[in-house]
Amino acid sequence: MNGRGLWDWGFALEILHERLIPALGVTVLATVGGMAIALVLGLVVTLMRRSRNRIVSRTAGFLIEFVRSTPLLIQIYFVFYALPQILPFLGDGRLSPMMTGVVALGIHYSSYTSEVYRAGIENISRGQWESATALGFSASDTWLRIILPQAIPPIIPALGNYLVAMFKDTPMLSTITVLELLYTAKDIGSESFRYNEAFTLVGVLFLALSLLSAAAIRFTERKLAVAR
Amino acid sequence: MNDTPMIRTRGLSKAFGPLKVLRELDLDIPAGQVVSIIGPSGSGKSTLLRLLMTLERPDAGTTEIAGEPFLAAGAGCVPVPESEVRRIRLKIGMVFQHFNLFPHMTALRNVMEAPLHVAKLSPAEARQRAEETLVSVGLGDKLDAWPAQLSGGQKQRVAIARALAMRPQIMLFDEITSALDPELVGGILDLLRGLANAGETTMLIVTHQMRFARQSSDRILFFDQGVVLEDTDPETMFTNPSHARTRAFLDAVLGAD
Repeated sequence: MNGRGLWDWGFALEILHERLIPALGVTVLATVGGMAIALVLGLVVTLMRRSRNRIVSRTAGFLIEFVRSTPLLIQIYFVFYALPQILPFLGDGRLSPMMTGVVALGIHYSSYTSEVYRAGIENISRGQWESATALGFSASDTWLRIILPQAIPPIIPALGNYLVAMFKDTPMLSTITVLELLYTAKDIGSESFRYNEAFTLVGVLFLALSLLSAAAIRFTERKLAVAR
Repeated sequence: MNDTPMIRTRGLSKAFGPLKVLRELDLDIPAGQVVSIIGPSGSGKSTLLRLLMTLERPDAGTTEIAGEPFLAAGAGCVPVPESEVRRIRLKIGMVFQHFNLFPHMTALRNVMEAPLHVAKLSPAEARQRAEETLVSVGLGDKLDAWPAQLSGGQKQRVAIARALAMRPQIMLFDEITSALDPELVGGILDLLRGLANAGETTMLIVTHQMRFARQSSDRILFFDQGVVLEDTDPETMFTNPSHARTRAFLDAVLGAD
């Protein structure tokens, strides 16, 4: 083991500071970006599914089923490798690995967030819709002022769980050369032949952030319970 | 123009599956009239209100509000543009059996939301109107209360204020005391009486409160199996109804009182 034993604190602190913390930034950025897409796209798909136009609602339903029933890794590969071949006119306009990863995570998780939104919206009683109609609210005002403000607070914990799940799926982006935690750890290992510190620290970082997020979700849940 | 009824329906019909809830209803209601609608459950009373509020769409027939085409369905009729329906619908307000307050807003916010975003009043005007309306229903001290903190009677007062704040010409009341504890019913009926006596609003009141219907309405409709079986003044309705069915219904409900 290079004569430095199984664990070298100096080396560990060095890679933590110089390589892993920046890589954690990339991982967090991918998670936040992916979640932003998943939150918006999931809501859009949910609204499409509720459309009175059969073609729109069926298409949305099919897309959700399709995305949810295929592995994330294949979707990432598809967007990264296959899509530029299918759409060659994109040319150099193809997405960077990071953007590809964020988009793929966002699309994949929108199929889950849309189910969460759906449950939240279906929990709103018919009387709320009828009151909004009786008072003359437009469709957009009904959604923005009456329905969503009631539907979203109760589903924040469920959305938070998907945030944590997405965070733990980000290592898949290493397969398309995104310099996130796993890719960086592998790099460190192959350069220094010391894998123990790198992978242990990556695990600890994931653990720490997951626990932090879970605590934040519980805090939000309690806040919401008090506010109701 | 004064002869134009506030509400005019012709051949208004609605079925839910095989069940014909409303059969070719022809009805003229003059402006300012207070009409109580009584009858057994499932007779089409609430359906009429829900059609007028566009919560359901008719299968056939037409409706005019103050002379303007509002609802039209069935063969050979000219459909009313959705924008027209939305515009005319603002003349109509509705109060529901189960209040349907917005639970994420205070009483004041519940009442000022539509004046602010639908009638497009300024925030100050909307707030003032909401406060005045809440004071007028006796809730001046509950402006900042959340629906969950209010009693059933107070919730229904907020719901009435919320509808009134839009200054509708027509108010629809759909069994608004049916979900209340008995001791709270009287207060709400007093409030309704006040509105009826003011005489500014055309009121359609679906109710099981026979004494209220008799004392406070200009006219009573008895619905049975989707048709108006009896349409008369309160005294005649209770003392000398022309149908045996009406008499049987009144005997049954009054006997239970």
